[in-house]
Amino acid sequence: MEGLVYFSSATGNTRRFVERLGERRARPALRILGGPLSATAPFVLICPSYGDGEGRGSVPKPVIRFLNDPANRALLRGVIGAGNRNFGHLFAHAGGVVAEKCGVPLLYRFELAGTGTDIDRVDKGLEEFWTRLRERA
Amino acid sequence: MNIAHPSQRAALKAVNWNRIQDDKDLEVWNRLTSNFWLPEKVPLSNDIASWATLRPAERQLTIRVFTGLTLLDTIQSAVGAPALMPDAETPHEEAVLANIAFMEAVHARSYSSIFSTLCLTAEVDEAFRWSEENPHLQQKARLILDEYQATSDPLRRKVASVFLESFLFYSGFYLPMWWSSRARLTNTADLIRLIIRDEAVHGYYIGYKYQKAVERLPEEKRKELKDFAFALLFDLYEIEALYAAELYDEVGLTEDVKAFLHYNANKALMNLGYEALFPATATNVNPAILASLSPGADENHDFFSGSGSSYVIGKAVATEDEDWEF
Ligand SMILES: Cc1cc2nc3c(=O)[nH]c(=O)nc-3n(C[C@H](O)[C@H](O)[C@H](O)COP(=O)(O)O)c2cc1C
Ligand SMILES: [Fe+2]
Ligand SMILES: [Fe+2]
Repeated sequence: MEGLVYFSSATGNTRRFVERLGERRARPALRILGGPLSATAPFVLICPSYGDGEGRGSVPKPVIRFLNDPANRALLRGVIGAGNRNFGHLFAHAGGVVAEKCGVPLLYRFELAGTGTDIDRVDKGLEEFWTRLRERA
Repeated sequence: MNIAHPSQRAALKAVNWNRIQDDKDLEVWNRLTSNFWLPEKVPLSNDIASWATLRPAERQLTIRVFTGLTLLDTIQSAVGAPALMPDAETPHEEAVLANIAFMEAVHARSYSSIFSTLCLTAEVDEAFRWSEENPHLQQKARLILDEYQATSDPLRRKVASVFLESFLFYSGFYLPMWWSSRARLTNTADLIRLIIRDEAVHGYYIGYKYQKAVERLPEEKRKELKDFAFALLFDLYEIEALYAAELYDEVGLTEDVKAFLHYNANKALMNLGYEALFPATATNVNPAILASLSPGADENHDFFSGSGSSYVIGKAVATEDEDWEF
């Protein structure tokens, strides 16, 4: 089964989302903490937004460092953006930035730690996404 | 800064921003200061023509909603944020709270800018009187103020504060988002969006400090606080439902407002580190309101929600960040 890599800061919203999702998935997700980290299989990244008012710096630094490694980038297949709609047009902006920069699809966006509906959609969506990629390969 | 026991002659400590104990303090300080704005920045007078198209009852509703919001901002500026200062764990946290207290004063002030631009003095005076006499508005403000009292538990104060920042404002914020979705009062909505963005950071930060303190508590105390938080939310919700009905029944929007309240109650709980309370069936927020909250954010349809027909690659986003190496 393919992987999930995520970043979550001390507020832990994304972590709580991934943990609840993880109750339904066989493989544990990999957390970006800041130190060196190497993905070993194709993965989807879940990334919260931390930008300024213009959207600069939206992608957390540890995520940038992780993606600066070409080997990790080569395994990235899609992104899920986290954030808060209160940030207006910059809602889940980091997801869009990574998608554009790495040329992968933005699969979904959710707010804070996500709702039950978000978990259902991501669980089902990931299943279909990986099936589709395998069929294409 | 604790000045409670000056007789002990503990050294008074100056805040040193080059020695950070908690990275969130600096991160949030940076975001809040870069967000700084004043109502003069928004061309409110462009809404004069739009205001004239509102029916008298719609105008009265709008002014009343804004006086209700003014009251909450006044409380948070004068009492709420200052009340959290003695509980601060770092000198930087005190500085962030000072910023929050000041921005709340800017928020409260900006409603008066809207009034002086669009409304007649008599209408506004009537609405301020209404806000002082409205039992639901007064009651919710009281519930929060009771928790801010010096005798209350520091963590209960944080819970009350997060509920004010992340829940109580939304019965009011709904209306300018609704007007904006109908292409009315769009400049006013731009100003309200600046406030909504600030409130997100406030709720996030106070909720973060709460979570951090709760982590260190024994299980029993943690449970007690969680019970308190949910009970307070229920009490506030009951009042909010009545407040919303009183304001919005006449324009037929009460049910729509309630879905928005449920959705925001869930977000307030998440800021405290708790799970959502209201189920999906109760949080079906009108998509026009969501689009109004984050205009343009839905142009890149994402795939899992079924709103797009194919996987879309994000577009037109700023990536100027020197840390990227590719
Ligand atoms: C300083 C700061 C800036 C933020 N900027 C954005 C933003 O631009 N867009 C957005 O959707 N959310 C933004 N957020 C909200 C976070 O992305 C959101 O709370 C997320 O759940 C955090 O995830 P974490 O708790 O796993 O770190 C910001 C939060 C903070 C504190
Ligand atoms: Fe405010
Ligand atoms: Fe606030």
